[in-house]
Amino acid sequence: MEESAALAADPAMALKRAQQGKSYWRRVWERLREDKVTLAVISVLVMLLIMVVFAPWFTMHDPYAGSVLRRLKPVGTPGHWLGTDEVGRDLWSRMVYGGRLSLLAGVVPVFLALLIGGFLGILAGYAGGLLNSAVMRLTDVLYAFPSILLAIAITGILGAGLQNTILALTISFIPPIIRISESVTTQVRHLDFVEAARASGARRLTIMRYHILSNVLGPILVYATSLISICIILAAGLSFLGLGVTPPSAEWGLMLNNLRQSIWVSPLVAALPGVMIFITSMCFNLMSDGLRQAMDVRL
Amino acid sequence: MSLRKHHVTTGDGALGALSQRDPSRSKPLLAIEHLTKHFPLQGGLFGRRRAVVQAVDDVSFVVERGETLGIVGESGCGKSTTARLLMHLIKPDRGSIAFDGQTVGVSEGLSQRELHRQMQMVFQDSYASLNPRLPVAMSIAFGPYVHGLGKAAALLRAAELLEAVGLEPDLFASRYPHELSGGQRQRINVARALALEPRIVILDEAVSALDKSVEAQVLNLLADLKVRFDLTYVFISHDLNVVRYISDRVMVMYLGKVVEIGPVDRVYRDPQHPYTRALLSAMPSMDPRRRTRQAPLTGDPPNPVRPPSGCRFRTRCPLAEAVCEKAAPVLLALPSDGTHAVACHVHVPASGHTRTATAGAE
Repeated sequence: MEESAALAADPAMALKRAQQGKSYWRRVWERLREDKVTLAVISVLVMLLIMVVFAPWFTMHDPYAGSVLRRLKPVGTPGHWLGTDEVGRDLWSRMVYGGRLSLLAGVVPVFLALLIGGFLGILAGYAGGLLNSAVMRLTDVLYAFPSILLAIAITGILGAGLQNTILALTISFIPPIIRISESVTTQVRHLDFVEAARASGARRLTIMRYHILSNVLGPILVYATSLISICIILAAGLSFLGLGVTPPSAEWGLMLNNLRQSIWVSPLVAALPGVMIFITSMCFNLMSDGLRQAMDVRL
Repeated sequence: MSLRKHHVTTGDGALGALSQRDPSRSKPLLAIEHLTKHFPLQGGLFGRRRAVVQAVDDVSFVVERGETLGIVGESGCGKSTTARLLMHLIKPDRGSIAFDGQTVGVSEGLSQRELHRQMQMVFQDSYASLNPRLPVAMSIAFGPYVHGLGKAAALLRAAELLEAVGLEPDLFASRYPHELSGGQRQRINVARALALEPRIVILDEAVSALDKSVEAQVLNLLADLKVRFDLTYVFISHDLNVVRYISDRVMVMYLGKVVEIGPVDRVYRDPQHPYTRALLSAMPSMDPRRRTRQAPLTGDPPNPVRPPSGCRFRTRCPLAEAVCEKAAPVLLALPSDGTHAVACHVHVPASGHTRTATAGAE
């Protein structure tokens, strides 16, 4: 009797412990907190986001109000601390407002591509067989074109504009995301623990929910964040080529293109949009590296 | 310590009702007939069928309740495929599996889900067979949970099973697989297999990846659990000593066929098939007077895509004759001993093999 009483107590305590046990995402967060570089990078990105969303609070000038009298003022001009552009618009205001479009064009296509490509890839990887062949061969067709070429071709056909830029970039990012999610899912599906789950009599959807997704979403998410920096550069590149957003919209790539002609007159001002593109894409890249490390349970 | 039988019955009604045991004691627990699995080898652009690997070919055997059946053979002989076929993780091309008299997978028989309640498996790779993102208690609780036990009850069951396999639930329940040693992980896998209160457990090279001392611990644990939970084992291994230690009967496979089956002592003492003899003579002996004199087998097994005609072992067999090329031998019980069966022409007087008389006199 004593023994069975002791036993009854033990499992109950163990159960408590198991339920209190840290979940996977909690562990990831704890590890992320240790990683100072990633934290710094994430706070820069958050600051940038706040600035961009609440742009009017951070700027004093209308980003579209130009003046011939104030053309190409250098950095440090009173009232325009980052100078003015080739039609006399305040560069700081345009940088902040330009971040809106640049970040939008950098994040939204990756997010959409993650939804569509991730779904198709995981489906293809988990279902295997004919569905897998169909999805993957279709992906190969799109994959045959480099993403910048594909994006240029699509915006070339549809015309310039923010919506078409987002659409074009979304389409060009779907294939790599499909490919990554398919290969990760296929890899996980053939591991013994999925077999063991099948052997326990679980249905396919249950296995998907408890065993596949938790092992697959992390790597796909990390890969997608690494695409954001590329996407920002591509979006800027499209605008630079005149295929993205149209003047007079403030957008970093477009600003770079317009200020390019003034590079001999005021080089510092002309370089600033490029610096912003560089900093932002760098931050996204470092964040993706940090996430990758924090999510690897084996380290 | 007393046998904590009450562990088995502490679950709630849903599982308890499912595990009501059939009283019919006469039938074997598991009867496999003409089990066949050929894997197509796909090639070319459209995945045309190029050839088939005859992984398991017309295999029949029974597993009696309460026994441990060892399955041995070289790698690639179809041991693991047989295990996966038994679990219905892959569909057989032909043949039937009957559990406790009920055929599995036919409309009037046992459903796969019910089969999985009664039969569980432990895999070789202790790390790959546990979800790296789940605390081990949740991996163990998953089976009962999908069979309708509530989450809390399933976790409670997991804690009991952790205790049963010798791991302190307090310490281990919330750990992740990478925080455990190989032996501890394999204990977790055993606990997971027992979570559904199965009657038969298939151990597919379950101790092969462990080092010797840990292997011995896990083997002892398996032996204890067998008594405690009234289990039947199918124990697959390439380690002949381990099979001898744990098995009641042993089945020898070669290239997807059963060549010999019988009580483990008799097969080890007096092997009847030339392949079994070669296999056992390759086993190092502790006694210097009984050291291996006979030359062990040379070469690799033939390609299972194009197995030899007739007897599959004839290309490496010291007794091969013309008849072995023409007809495949059938697994037949020895006239001297009904429990010991062998598939070799030498043991069939009417087969036309010239050595039948001498072999029969043995």
